[in-house]
Amino acid sequence: MASALLHIAVQAADFDAAEEAKRLTAGRKDVGALVQFIGYCRDENGTLSALELEHYPGMAEAEISRISQEAIERFGLIGMSAVHRFGKIAPGEQIVLISAAASHRQAAFDGANFVMDFLKTSAPFWKKEHAADGSEGGWVEARDADDAAREKWK
Amino acid sequence: MTKLIYFAWVRERIGKGEEELELPETVRTVSDLLVHLKTLGDEYEEALKFPEAIRVALDQEHADHGELVAGVKEIGLFPPMTGG
Repeated sequence: MASALLHIAVQAADFDAAEEAKRLTAGRKDVGALVQFIGYCRDENGTLSALELEHYPGMAEAEISRISQEAIERFGLIGMSAVHRFGKIAPGEQIVLISAAASHRQAAFDGANFVMDFLKTSAPFWKKEHAADGSEGGWVEARDADDAAREKWK
Repeated sequence: MTKLIYFAWVRERIGKGEEELELPETVRTVSDLLVHLKTLGDEYEEALKFPEAIRVALDQEHADHGELVAGVKEIGLFPPMTGG
């Protein structure tokens, strides 16, 4: 079996899900399923004007790469692409894109889900809220529900 | 010298993103390091008031507070992560 395709990008620029889908499937005849997850910035009922994402350069890429590699091995994925943005992101804009390619759908669904659950709690990114009324919002707090989501893979 | 690098509210409370520090020999573990840093000033005391809330990376890999810091070149201190 050919080695799986792994693509990791941590960038300020927006991304195109169709392009990532093509990256994982172009010229291949062994992909039977592709699952993509896109995370967006919400406006929290009109109270939020932007999220500012800070990251640990170098470690962010390394950590997402470790998580993705584990998903490839665990679920036998054919390809995994993870793109995460940093900097100021407005409501409605895309933040993160996970694309998982596999022979069958269950592995693709599980692979994308697994990477998101670990990325939430282990990839070094932090969100700061900017409030719509101009005041500087606070740092988003980590959620217990995210820790619980990760635990289910143990 | 060891490079210390801070993120999110840890960075804001300490008032700088990174610095190079000569760590005393008494600093063996991550926990020792956090205790030592708190002696460096009020801003460190404030940032590290709840050490159990601080996450640590040794040379860009997650580490527990009990891990040894000898030989580590870069230590990152930050709050729980909120990406995705």
